[in-house]
Amino acid sequence: MSASHPTILAHQFDDLHQQKESVTLGMWAFLVTEVMFFGGAFLGYAVYRFYYPEAFAYGSSLESWRIGAFNTVVLLISSLTVALAVHEAQGGNNGGVIRYLVITIALALLFVGVKGYEYNHIIEAGHAPWQRFTEGYYAGDNPSPSAHGAGPHGTGPHAQGANGQGAHKATTIFFSFYFAMTSIHALHMLIGVGLFIWLIKLARRNRFSPKYYNPVEVVGLYWHFVDIVWIFIYPLFYLIDPKW
Amino acid sequence: MTTLDITPAPLEEPEDYLNKAYNIRSWFLTVDHKRIAIMYLISVTAFFLVGGAFATMIRLELATPRGDLVQAETYNKLFTMHGVVMIFFFLIPSIPATLGNFLVPLMLGARDLAFPKLNLLSWYLFMAGGVCGVAAMVMGGVDTGWTFYTPYSSEFATTQVAFTIMGAFIAGFASILTGLNFIVTTHTMRAPGLTWFRLPLFMWSMYATSIIMILATPVIAIGLLLLLAERVFRLGIFDPSIGGDPVLFQHIFWFYSHPAVYIMILPAMGVISELVACFSRKRIFGYPLVAFSSIAIAVISFFVWGHHMFVSSQSAYGGMVFSFLSFLVAIPSAIKVFNWTATYFRGSVAFLTPNLYAWFFIGLFTIGGLTGLFLAALAVDVHVHDTYFIVAHFHYIMVGGTVLAYLGGIHYWWPKMTGKMYTEWIAKFAAFAVFVGFNLTFFPQFFLGYLGMPRRYHAYPPEYQVLNVMSSAGASILALGLALPVFYLLWSLWYGKDAPANPWGAVGLEWATSSPPPTENFEEQPVVTWEAYEYSRKEPDVVGVTPNDTSTPV
Repeated sequence: MSASHPTILAHQFDDLHQQKESVTLGMWAFLVTEVMFFGGAFLGYAVYRFYYPEAFAYGSSLESWRIGAFNTVVLLISSLTVALAVHEAQGGNNGGVIRYLVITIALALLFVGVKGYEYNHIIEAGHAPWQRFTEGYYAGDNPSPSAHGAGPHGTGPHAQGANGQGAHKATTIFFSFYFAMTSIHALHMLIGVGLFIWLIKLARRNRFSPKYYNPVEVVGLYWHFVDIVWIFIYPLFYLIDPKW
Repeated sequence: MTTLDITPAPLEEPEDYLNKAYNIRSWFLTVDHKRIAIMYLISVTAFFLVGGAFATMIRLELATPRGDLVQAETYNKLFTMHGVVMIFFFLIPSIPATLGNFLVPLMLGARDLAFPKLNLLSWYLFMAGGVCGVAAMVMGGVDTGWTFYTPYSSEFATTQVAFTIMGAFIAGFASILTGLNFIVTTHTMRAPGLTWFRLPLFMWSMYATSIIMILATPVIAIGLLLLLAERVFRLGIFDPSIGGDPVLFQHIFWFYSHPAVYIMILPAMGVISELVACFSRKRIFGYPLVAFSSIAIAVISFFVWGHHMFVSSQSAYGGMVFSFLSFLVAIPSAIKVFNWTATYFRGSVAFLTPNLYAWFFIGLFTIGGLTGLFLAALAVDVHVHDTYFIVAHFHYIMVGGTVLAYLGGIHYWWPKMTGKMYTEWIAKFAAFAVFVGFNLTFFPQFFLGYLGMPRRYHAYPPEYQVLNVMSSAGASILALGLALPVFYLLWSLWYGKDAPANPWGAVGLEWATSSPPPTENFEEQPVVTWEAYEYSRKEPDVVGVTPNDTSTPV
């Protein structure tokens, strides 16, 4: 086995079975770290949404749920094409692997492009968190005073914003999490694109066979994970109070 | 050659992982876990010396009540950088990345870790993080305290917070990769016959440590990233002026940084288990309990972070729950201490340097652990919070625990790693200097803290001077004890006696191969037919790994 494919079995492993088990377990363990990584951000989101539910709803209404929905569909299709690429790799069809991965890359770039368009839109509308230091950022469209949150500790100077701006200020937190989480997510997608390019290089050398398709499979796992993160991000940021 | 050569022709030296190649490329592009361990050893030692230099400045300043050596701002930077360097760049990687990297595949009877390239990447990430940290120091330092509490760190500090956080963030990924590698390797690459309950206890603690590394480190990674985004890109995450909650950062920070304490101490406990078994010539008393206590500590470690925040607006009920959960950690910790002690009982105990460190560890860890119970008690904690009592407590765990176990482990496995023996008498002398110096440095700090001296101040009332002078005097002895090994261990590389494969007569697969081991670790695949620490078994044969099975006595 290792004689016919001298390059596919790494030196530290005894056989392909051990290698497959190790690589698969390694990717699952890595995805656990990713869950904890994104989990910290979701925790922060949850805490602030609990403090300022109406500010978050208001922030959400400023997003376009249609753009988010479009990107969700794009991403789900890309997960399908990755699954098909894994299927082709299992059958040893390297041409099929290349075909489906190219489609996946195109979908991923489409997603990131739409994301960039959306960022631009939000910044032009003046909702970006770093714009809060410019004059008049808080003077604009304040929601009704009833939109105040409870504040971190129930009371305090920022809990009841006497000037009627408390909720708007907390909306800045909403957009801070929006930019932080979606940009980290987009970065994960770009890393995924890099991994797909690596897989395409391997496939061009006809490397994948029914005995050896592990790289495609674990990169596929990674991509599905990135997809799942978006499945959580989409409703949390776009669907609290969408403008239908 | 016609003349008679009376000196015996130099024997063809067997090829090992060290003499295999000497060029720079063979080190910096190596995927051999043993070479990566050596690179980590050199790097973390360098960081240890840097952190030690900051500590020296701190103790010099505190020798007198007045702030006469450095200004308050400089002092803030000194203790911050001491903490950052020692924790992120020394203690976290110390035992796992050096001894762990070297020993995990050897103890498992494997050729290498499951992902050798990731292992090399881990070292490069660690160094990249270190470069960021050092760059921050060179550009003026950082003064937030190693805890980076918001909103000071996010909005007000004018020092190099961003670079320091980048350094800690990047080094965190090195830690994650190490943990990932150990978990997968332990699961999939054990030698035939090496069941989980035949693993050395060092492996159990490495496994428990790795669980914490992969579960906790990503959480501080996102916390630091959000802080960085707030500082650099002006996002509003923890900013109180828009309703952000600075205490949220403390929660995220301690969700990692308390388990991180166990990233430091669990590997130390693993080392001590090896030392105790070897130098009492006995199987560790209650092996399964000691093994599971490592897992228990890892699990409980995730539920105690709130005890760092008893005075940070946490609810009284939250405080009570965290207090109770913190007390729980004492149980598995005490199991270990009692079982080590019981192992020594009627053992054939050897008076050798690594064993000295094991004894010192057990004593000092016990003091550190018991004072931890003081701190877990709500009422006492309110009194001693942010005082030198805390400083003394965690130095008893981190220095008296981790550093001593690290030194003990380095001495114990030095012959295996380098093929050379160090000089026993001077090593013993250094060990005693460390022990005496350490206690003189930190025991007075318990009193200082209880009497009310707060931490992180460069000046103090004259009443505290006697105890502070004792502490500074002890620190100079401790520094001597810590500096000596650097010299005599390096000396041994050139002038030390060649080490046999198994100088301590220990059992364990790492002693069943030559010193230093060949690149592929074992000449033939070991097959394990014996239990861990089976000191009743005849010592395994050198190199060839054909242990004498005594399970069927004649």
